Amino acid sequence: MIENKSQNLSTDNSKQSTRKYLKLSGLEPMIVSAETNFINVGERTNVAGSRKFLRLVKEEKFDEALDIARHQVEGGAQVIDINMDDGLIDGKEAMVRFLNLIMAEPDIARVPIMIDSSKWDIIEAGLQVVQGKCVVNSISLKEGEAEFIAHAKKIKRYGAAVIVMAFDEVGQADNYERRIEISKRSYDVLVNQVKFPPEDIIFDLNIFPVATGMDEHRRNAIDFIEATRWVRENLPHCSVSGGVSNVSFSFRGNDRVREAMHSVFLYHAIKAGMNMGIVNPAMLEVYDDIPKDLLEHVEDVILDRKEDATERLLDLAESVKGTSKERVIDLSWREEPLQDRITRALVKGIDQYIVEDVEEARQKADKPIEVIEGNLMIGMNVVGDLFGSGKMFLPQVVKSARVMKRAVAHLLPYIEEEKKKNPKPVEGNGTNGRILMATVKGDVHDIGKNIVSVVLGCNNYEIVDLGVMVPAEKIIQTAIDEQVDIIGLSGLITPSLDEMVHLAKEMERKNFNIPLLIGGATTSKAHTAVKIDPQYKNAVVHVNDASRAVTVVGDLLNKRSNQKYIGDLKEDYDKFREGFLKRTKKKEYLSIVEARKNKYIIDWPTTEITKPNELGIKVITEFDLKKLEPYIDWTPFFRSWELHGKYPAILTDEVVGEQATSLFKDAKELLQKVLNEKLLGASAIYGLFEANTVNDDDIEVSTEEGDFTFRTLRQQLKKHAGKPNFALSDFIAPKESEVQDYIGCFCVTTGFGTKELAEAFEKDLDDYNSIMIKALADRLAEAFAEYLHKKVRKEDWGYANEETLSNDELIKEAYKGIRPAPGYPACPDHLEKITIWEMLKVKERIGVELTESMAMWPAASVSGYYFANPEARYFGLGKIKEDQVKDFAERKDIDFEYAKRWLAPNIVD
Amino acid sequence: MKDINKILEERILVLDGAMGTMLQRHKFTEEDFRGEQFKDWPVSVQGNNDLLSITQPEAIKEVHRLYFEAGADIVETNTFSGTTIAMADYEMEELVYELNYQSAKIAKEVAEEFTAKEPHKPRFVAGSIGPTNRTASMSPDVNDPGYRAVTFDELRIAYKQQVEALLDGGADILLVETIFDTLNAKAALFAIEEVKDERNIKVPIMISGTITDASGRTLSGQTAEAFLISISHIPMLSVGFNCALGASQLTPHLEVLAQKANFAVSAHPNAGLPNAFGEYDETPEQMAEQIKEYMEKNLVNIIGGCCGTTPEHIKAIADLAKKYTPRPLTVDSF
Repeated sequence: MIENKSQNLSTDNSKQSTRKYLKLSGLEPMIVSAETNFINVGERTNVAGSRKFLRLVKEEKFDEALDIARHQVEGGAQVIDINMDDGLIDGKEAMVRFLNLIMAEPDIARVPIMIDSSKWDIIEAGLQVVQGKCVVNSISLKEGEAEFIAHAKKIKRYGAAVIVMAFDEVGQADNYERRIEISKRSYDVLVNQVKFPPEDIIFDLNIFPVATGMDEHRRNAIDFIEATRWVRENLPHCSVSGGVSNVSFSFRGNDRVREAMHSVFLYHAIKAGMNMGIVNPAMLEVYDDIPKDLLEHVEDVILDRKEDATERLLDLAESVKGTSKERVIDLSWREEPLQDRITRALVKGIDQYIVEDVEEARQKADKPIEVIEGNLMIGMNVVGDLFGSGKMFLPQVVKSARVMKRAVAHLLPYIEEEKKKNPKPVEGNGTNGRILMATVKGDVHDIGKNIVSVVLGCNNYEIVDLGVMVPAEKIIQTAIDEQVDIIGLSGLITPSLDEMVHLAKEMERKNFNIPLLIGGATTSKAHTAVKIDPQYKNAVVHVNDASRAVTVVGDLLNKRSNQKYIGDLKEDYDKFREGFLKRTKKKEYLSIVEARKNKYIIDWPTTEITKPNELGIKVITEFDLKKLEPYIDWTPFFRSWELHGKYPAILTDEVVGEQATSLFKDAKELLQKVLNEKLLGASAIYGLFEANTVNDDDIEVSTEEGDFTFRTLRQQLKKHAGKPNFALSDFIAPKESEVQDYIGCFCVTTGFGTKELAEAFEKDLDDYNSIMIKALADRLAEAFAEYLHKKVRKEDWGYANEETLSNDELIKEAYKGIRPAPGYPACPDHLEKITIWEMLKVKERIGVELTESMAMWPAASVSGYYFANPEARYFGLGKIKEDQVKDFAERKDIDFEYAKRWLAPNIVD
Repeated sequence: MKDINKILEERILVLDGAMGTMLQRHKFTEEDFRGEQFKDWPVSVQGNNDLLSITQPEAIKEVHRLYFEAGADIVETNTFSGTTIAMADYEMEELVYELNYQSAKIAKEVAEEFTAKEPHKPRFVAGSIGPTNRTASMSPDVNDPGYRAVTFDELRIAYKQQVEALLDGGADILLVETIFDTLNAKAALFAIEEVKDERNIKVPIMISGTITDASGRTLSGQTAEAFLISISHIPMLSVGFNCALGASQLTPHLEVLAQKANFAVSAHPNAGLPNAFGEYDETPEQMAEQIKEYMEKNLVNIIGGCCGTTPEHIKAIADLAKKYTPRPLTVDSF
């Protein structure tokens, strides 16, 4: 299919001995020579590239994950790329575990491994468990030469080859000159300084999309090809690699054109010397089989041969598309049969014509209910199937739900009328089942719960949504009164976990016999299996994504098979629990007294302490949200919609890019509306005070309104020699040092108005925007916290008035000083919020309240402390022992049992 | 003393034969193993051959002497199990430094005697670094394939101690041998590189893997060439195979190395395969006959013996080696 004519290497002996080849090994050797043409790297075992693989790793289904690796090798991958970089998994542990398992599978382990991570510690952990010669993917000059050299030296010592990204301190190479500049510099450093074998260097010269409609992208492919040629000719012995599918990104949906683009690109890139890369073999056309006119148009684009090449290819693409690519003005589908139109409206989330179409259907039907049970359900089943198989994404499904709701709303009056005429009770209520959904007492977070509700609603379940902060008694009573079939609980903050255990106990006590679903950010299969499941005889299922919720609920309510399913579930959780308890690693802990002896030491006489320009409390009200736009970290926004990937790369992601782009556009629109019409109220309060640490772990703060004490918690896990046991108090000068130190604390909110807006959207049957506004408010609150922290650093406290950080750097927390929040890893004790509230009079001054579980209301709020010391850093408390809990309760003057309950998730079992 | 790299270009070098086989002849008792020094050691130490370098140094020196007399250029130190990991069975982790240091020291003394007598034929000491009794890339538990009994770092630290002591005691060469799991060897090589870096020295390194059976692979599953590629990142004196197989069975695997390695190739096979009683009964003549094939095919630069070989075997091999020219040290790459 693809020829390699580039390296007609001379075979006379004098030359051949000077030519060095990249040699890799698994259980068997793999040598990249002139004859091997092109090495195909499999990347389905990459959590960023395969949603399925990500899910399997998250669910610890490593057997199935191994099957993916096996299929790739069987399918012809000559190297397999393994990547575990995802915020929700412990990348290092997953990498080591998966590689260890692969090593026990000779049919997989025969090929070399590409260890892929942006984190050095994951790469190194991987290198330590593979016997063969691997490829490290990747290193670059991004963080400067020192780190580049240090990592290259280590890689050499572990005996691996390396992919070098064309990336330096300035940024990613995006034209011919920059690609050459960076690869030349990288090569020289590696070969001359590190003495890295040149044949073990593989350059990834960045493949970017062409035909995007932007002039600066026109040379993306040709620059890559030309740079490849230059690298292979001028940097002896090295290889060139890249991810091929990027190049055709703008033709998503038109596989004919994409396949042709890949083949043409590879044809020329391989001729230029590209000898390795990630290609989906299913997405390649045989070069010679590409129709002549298509070939010519594609080559014009790839090689940038004509001014209007993109437009010409776009025109041609319309006529050769394999699958129909929707154009905005294309209304030809309106001519199709009624059912097709309804299905299409639901799948595409188009609501302009739905009332019209549903009315037409109603007139044709005997009874209005038939339109729901027939036409609409046929369409929603298509949506469900597409979503289940990963071909539709959550935001699309929520849009489908919006169309569905509008359709049902139109039909309801007719159905009511029909009932009056014919008062015979209809069998059941016409739905698949009734599900109660609630965010538990003390918790106010409901985005995830609402998403699951909408998706279940789409699948014809009736949802009884009790909203947020719902007490157990109300859930129990409603479940009885409404005769629901399943209860679903959600929660985001740690105290909610206890509330869920409490509810399971109540259900048992009241002799309930319906399944319980558990979901929300802090919940986990482990917690569900170990703490909740044993409390309740019927099924307790942890469901953390909406697509799974549908299948789980379907299985639970399937009258024919659900007894077996529930039995299997119970058994699965039993096993999981046993395994979890057994597997829990024996870790060693220090007593709190010992841990204090190993505290983090700052040299107080010499450390940098800046007296704040102004001490005391300040309030900001009616803040202009427009100022926050540049501070928004969009990545978590996409995550809340179950689209995984980093912003802005996610917008061009192979799998979810199209959906992310569309979601982002809708988000931006709503955001502009919010900003222009000032629909959300934002306020902040913050204070800077004199403070000193006393008795190791307490921070004494003096304010004009009296003295307060923050109680911090200290790590107790036994550390390697030289690693301290941190507490936040270590970052404030102790009283006995006689150095006056300072601390700050704050609360910001952008949540006022969210509830009203969301309710208005819901009234308009628009769940999509109801969820959207909450997700946006959350992002704005985080952005406000970031903005305020910067202002405090540069102005109010003024210790960093020189600071110039980009938004990216802010998100990466590159600044000096920290702003940890109670309830988060460094200080998981939610009760400390009470101290902040008393100190700043938060409720009185800006109206943000604390619930009984210490959640903030409105939900879109952030609070925390400010530490300014340059040595202050974020850390995770980890598990602590009872001795500290006892000591903590005494210091805080609270009941031991009460303290234990609040700190439960952090106490060693 | 003449550079060993130079000598390798001129002739085939001879490595010694088995240490264990020779020591068995003494039929040492528990008391002999303990000597005065470990009279009260809490656990049994019989079978801890490495310990004899301290408790029976004369017996060890005698073995070295017999091999040098038979024509060996290089003898291996009596340190096959000289890591904290392998010594844990005898609770002798604390003694690792002394064991290695003493073993290297006595071997070096004997080598120097012979070099003084025959300056035209300098004798070398190779510090023997065994595989330990744990595997870093295989699970000992068939029900839990992801489990590992030892980590890379644990091996690296253990090997580093051994390497430092061997060098302090006077080893001229380091020989990482009987490699059945390449990852263990990589940890040893990592440790050696660290020591070289810290001391700013160069040390010739010999690497010798073990092809376990007729499958033609190491115990951890690699083919000869995959093994070669996996350890080629370290500048080395030689690569080869030893143990498990007799000389003929090793031939096809040595051919792979001989074709692909840009440095010396070594072999120290067993004296055939063990008989029903676990004894090796191939005679020196029988073994030499097979090794003749190596020489004729130009496969090796360093040749010796592993399990079951004796000074008589080594003499037969050394006599043979004199008649042949060594394999060229560079190949047309690939």
